[in-house]
Amino acid sequence: MTEAGKSLALNAGVIALLIVLHFVLPAYHHGNLARIMVLAIYAMGFNFAFGYGGMLSLGHALFFAAGMYGMGLTMQHLDWPAGAAIVAGLLAAFVVSTAVGFLALRTAGVQLMIVTLMFAQAGFLTVLYFGEWTRGDEGFVIQQSERVLAGVDLSNESTRYLAGLLLFGACFVFMSRLVQSSFGKVLVAIRENEERTRMLGYDVARYKLVAFIISGTVSGLAGAAYGLLFGYVGASFASVQYSILPLLWVLLGGAGTVLGPFIGTLFMFYLIDISSGFTSAYLAIAGAVLVLLTLFARQGIVGEARQRWLPWLP
Amino acid sequence: MDFGPYLVLASLEGAVQASVLALTAVGLSLVFGVMRVVNVAHGEFFMLGAVLAWVVATSIGVHPALGFVLALVIAPVLVGAIAIIADVLVLKRLNYDPENTIVATIGLLYIIQQVTLMTYGPDARPVEAPFNQRLALPWPEWGEGGLTLGWPWGFGTTSYKLFVIAAAIVLLIVLWQLMSRTKLGLVMRATQLDREMALAFGIHVDRVYAFAFGIGAALAALAATLIVPIQQAHYLMGADPLLLSFIVVIIGGLGSLPGTVAAAVLIGMSDGMISMFFSPTLAKILSTLLVAFVLVFRPQGLFGTRRA
Amino acid sequence: MAAVNLLQARGLTRRFGGLLAVSHVDFAIPAGQIRALIGPNGAGKSTLVGLISGRISATAGTVEFQGRDITHLPAHRRIAGGMAYTFQITSVYPRLPLDENVALAVRRVSGSNSDVIDRETEAALASVGLAGRRYETAGDLSYGHQRLLEIAMGLAQKPKLLILDEPTQGLADSEVVEFKTLIRSMAGNTTILLIEHNMDVVMDTADLVTVLNFGEILAEGTPDEISGNRNVQSAYLGTADA
Repeated sequence: MTEAGKSLALNAGVIALLIVLHFVLPAYHHGNLARIMVLAIYAMGFNFAFGYGGMLSLGHALFFAAGMYGMGLTMQHLDWPAGAAIVAGLLAAFVVSTAVGFLALRTAGVQLMIVTLMFAQAGFLTVLYFGEWTRGDEGFVIQQSERVLAGVDLSNESTRYLAGLLLFGACFVFMSRLVQSSFGKVLVAIRENEERTRMLGYDVARYKLVAFIISGTVSGLAGAAYGLLFGYVGASFASVQYSILPLLWVLLGGAGTVLGPFIGTLFMFYLIDISSGFTSAYLAIAGAVLVLLTLFARQGIVGEARQRWLPWLP
Repeated sequence: MDFGPYLVLASLEGAVQASVLALTAVGLSLVFGVMRVVNVAHGEFFMLGAVLAWVVATSIGVHPALGFVLALVIAPVLVGAIAIIADVLVLKRLNYDPENTIVATIGLLYIIQQVTLMTYGPDARPVEAPFNQRLALPWPEWGEGGLTLGWPWGFGTTSYKLFVIAAAIVLLIVLWQLMSRTKLGLVMRATQLDREMALAFGIHVDRVYAFAFGIGAALAALAATLIVPIQQAHYLMGADPLLLSFIVVIIGGLGSLPGTVAAAVLIGMSDGMISMFFSPTLAKILSTLLVAFVLVFRPQGLFGTRRA
Repeated sequence: MAAVNLLQARGLTRRFGGLLAVSHVDFAIPAGQIRALIGPNGAGKSTLVGLISGRISATAGTVEFQGRDITHLPAHRRIAGGMAYTFQITSVYPRLPLDENVALAVRRVSGSNSDVIDRETEAALASVGLAGRRYETAGDLSYGHQRLLEIAMGLAQKPKLLILDEPTQGLADSEVVEFKTLIRSMAGNTTILLIEHNMDVVMDTADLVTVLNFGEILAEGTPDEISGNRNVQSAYLGTADA
């Protein structure tokens, strides 16, 4: 089988497995997996900029929240139907990531990390500042009666899982294709050696900006979907913690791999889920994992697997 | 209260803010300047300083003032030691790679914060100030009999707040002397200028790094100990000083001590002022945006000069 | 005469602080020529080439390429317009396979048809003798082979002007011989600007030699004229450069 064939089979296999799990998983894990799939979309969006483009942002919560609030506020205050609200969320994330990318990508490395962190912090504070509309930290609930898309009730656990799966599958295939396109290859080239790529005649700044916007918009899609499927919009999704989480998921699963974000989100979700049974200080686990990963496994789970056994992994 | 006294009061509060901020930010700036490490866990060292100050002040059954003085010494030393351990165990092994150290210090942030939650608990607790006289302040007023000095109600400060300002100034001067006059300062500045050259001259760069990281953390802890009689110690209190220190260090020019102090005064004062007249949230939005734009358009900081 | 010049620089100047690295250089390369640029270390050769390729912006002066003023174009647009550049310090993608290194160069020029990319990648690798190693990781190659890979990346772009910054540095003697053959085989089709320390290579390949010293053009002529030029000899001897 060719490499492209293998990765196609992998895509199909993962999606098939998730369909099977829909029928066999007990309710608790079924509900968890629905969340994990939507969060994994966020991780994939983050991974496109960080893992493939080498742009480490500490402010992606801004895009996640832009999608979530773009969806939630239009539903809450303008009574938009779910479909239109999702589009509003996507547009909000697109606009915000374009503006941030345009400014922030004048910097790189550590400066880029701090600039994105600051923009995201300003965004988080803005959500609090306009508490009259956003309800600040407390957030607001999207009524069950409004969570209907094309006649399908998204608050129902079964349809919610399937909707999450549909979106996850679409993003997964989209990302797999994108990283194997010539755009994706040039992006990897920029990550590996920016100056060489410029001196091969590529407009490096434009490639990075486009990749950043794709990354931010996919993150925003995840935010909008998360708010709609689980019925809650709140400021904590705009906080620094939600900028750190995708970094954690992607580092754990493997940066610059297609499957890594999902694997990382899955493992981290359960790690925190299990440890929060013992202690309220479950974030200490997240901290320890971050330190251990940077010290001992920079490649993450899928990255290590690719290096050791499966060089064809996309 | 009239506008005039109100403004004076706001700037006094701002000056207390600025003093503590200057100490904290100078610690962050020192670490960045010498080691080129962006320490995201800096706010947690601040928090740890406040919590340990509470522990020391309450567990030693002596007079509160003596307990506070002990805390002022013990808390920074302990925090510095913890930082040195973190440096040796984690940062050194990462070869101080800029991006990796940021990720690792984010991890440290969560570990320190959550371990504090597990041990110290979720409550906010105060430390008693060694002295805390209320000082009413006079204000000139135009009355029927011409200019007189009035004592507007609520217009005043406390002796402890004035002490914080004075202590911060003294500590910054001591640090400045340490950096410019002593061998230790020389070694640190040499390492900051050119790591390879310092190595070639037989400077133990590893030790200098560990020491700088320790001093940086100790400064944050010292600032926290000073402020803990005014603010209470709480496991989540590190976020604000971290953010503000970042703002200050970046606006002041990364790694420049005088720039950092100047920026701390600017940010501390204006933060206090804007918070008093508008909203604290708006003040923070404006200052975070300012940082982002400074980094994008003037990366050497507002006060720094461009390096080759 | 101006019409046949592929590249034309006028009054090109670059100042770094107080240092005048390149000073009022007038410089032209006719299409199809192989031009060597020589001079002692620090003469400003790399700066001059940087000004031409757009990696360094000019303090003063203009650059024309194919009759078009490109002085204000960024580097990547100059490359896309028909220049190719190899770095003095080898710059490849060490973690990518050889064929992806070259394919990145091919794709920008020849589009996305995978058969075409494959064929041209193969051809470019074959021209430097690396065809058999296309699936190896570039970082595993010896330094000399990495240089050859970078030259292949330059060739793969089918440039009108190929700029080679000290291409034979670090090559074994046998590889230098092959390199000379490769350059000669391109004579007439591709215009080449060659910065070179190895006088043997210059003598055997260049049509015309330009000598740079202290940021200014000291002499220009055929290899034979240059090797007999006293000023050139003293410039080299004066700096004790090999």
